[in-house]
Amino acid sequence: MSSNTVSDLTQALRRIGGTVTGGVERLGYMARFLGAILWQTPMALRRLHLTVREIYFSGVLSLVIILMSGLFVGMVLALQGYEVLRRYGAQEQLGLVVALSLVRELAPVIGGLLFASRAGSAITAEIGLMKATEQLSAMEMMAVDPIARVIAPRFWAGIISMPLLVALFSALGIFGGYLIGVRMIGIDAGAFWGQMQAGVKFWPDITNGIIKSVVFGAAVSLIAVLEGYDAKPTAEGVSSATTRTVVISSLAILALDFVLTAFMFRGVGL
Amino acid sequence: MNRAAIDLWVGVFVAIGLGAILFLALKVGNLLTLDQAPSYHVEASFDNIGGLKLRSPVKAAGVVVGRVESIKLDPKTYAAVVTMRIDRDYSFSKDTIASINTSGLLGEVYIGLDAGGDTAMLKDGDHIAKTQSAVVIEKLISQFLFDKAAQGGAGK
Repeated sequence: MSSNTVSDLTQALRRIGGTVTGGVERLGYMARFLGAILWQTPMALRRLHLTVREIYFSGVLSLVIILMSGLFVGMVLALQGYEVLRRYGAQEQLGLVVALSLVRELAPVIGGLLFASRAGSAITAEIGLMKATEQLSAMEMMAVDPIARVIAPRFWAGIISMPLLVALFSALGIFGGYLIGVRMIGIDAGAFWGQMQAGVKFWPDITNGIIKSVVFGAAVSLIAVLEGYDAKPTAEGVSSATTRTVVISSLAILALDFVLTAFMFRGVGL
Repeated sequence: MNRAAIDLWVGVFVAIGLGAILFLALKVGNLLTLDQAPSYHVEASFDNIGGLKLRSPVKAAGVVVGRVESIKLDPKTYAAVVTMRIDRDYSFSKDTIASINTSGLLGEVYIGLDAGGDTAMLKDGDHIAKTQSAVVIEKLISQFLFDKAAQGGAGK
């Protein structure tokens, strides 16, 4: 009986240890993979049209969902913000509230989450399927490095697309806030823009939002190409890799957002 | 889809993305306005600047005519020396009074300029002699309470 308990206990310990070493190993693999991508980047940039093609697939095709979400998030922010601000008689600050929350937090985070589920999942599924149909092995046979030809263009396309998408998200969100705040509720347009311009600084507010979006773009792209490249070459393996991409990159975005915010806005305004 | 169409779409995407960044910088962040306009600097010393901050507006009759550029403490007189950058389009007389005001009870703090009657105008680097410091509401309330208490004591 007691020996059974002890073996159960060691089993549990072993499982914990296995999970930890597995996670660390995964992290190491990810770092090595990132190194390989960066090493192959000059090779990939020599064929620029590959990256441009991927910007089309992950950037241009994400435009509709990003623009629509930005517009609606801005409109909701304006409605909710107005409800609270009215209690303090500070309705004129609505423009500031909408712009600051979008530029600093909501646009990078929601934009990143949408990008992960719209573009990241597609990248993983595509690369996973290429692997399952042995296209990647075929490339290696022809002495073409799949990291230079397939992985690096997708990685860089994500990094280039994300800040542009996030900036568009912010701009459309502010426009949505303007529609609700000024056109529907009837706040003075001059006060709306004036308070916004007085309160939002290009440095650090907007630049930090851009830095965040670049970091999130890099994280989502890296996770997406890694999961695709590392997927089991079966239908089930590709599907679970796609799921993992969305879950891991969403968590990574939220965790990175906390870390970046803690670094960036420490002491601002004091 | 052929390569030319993809290039076109990506070009459009990058252009509107950069346009959005430009919009954020200029319209939302107000990066360039007033900084680019020709302007001159004027100094003023205050006993207490209250909640005045860098880039706080400088207003005359409620119109923004400039911004606060720097705030320093004079080590000899212990007064706050505020440097303002004022739009070249507006000139103020030498006896202008600079006061620190608050718009509303909780609103932003700004410097108000009340022009005087002097014919000589303030030039770049001039010092405004007449200033009025920020009103500290806590001091005002305690003063009011003490006055009331003193009145009550005298009445009895």
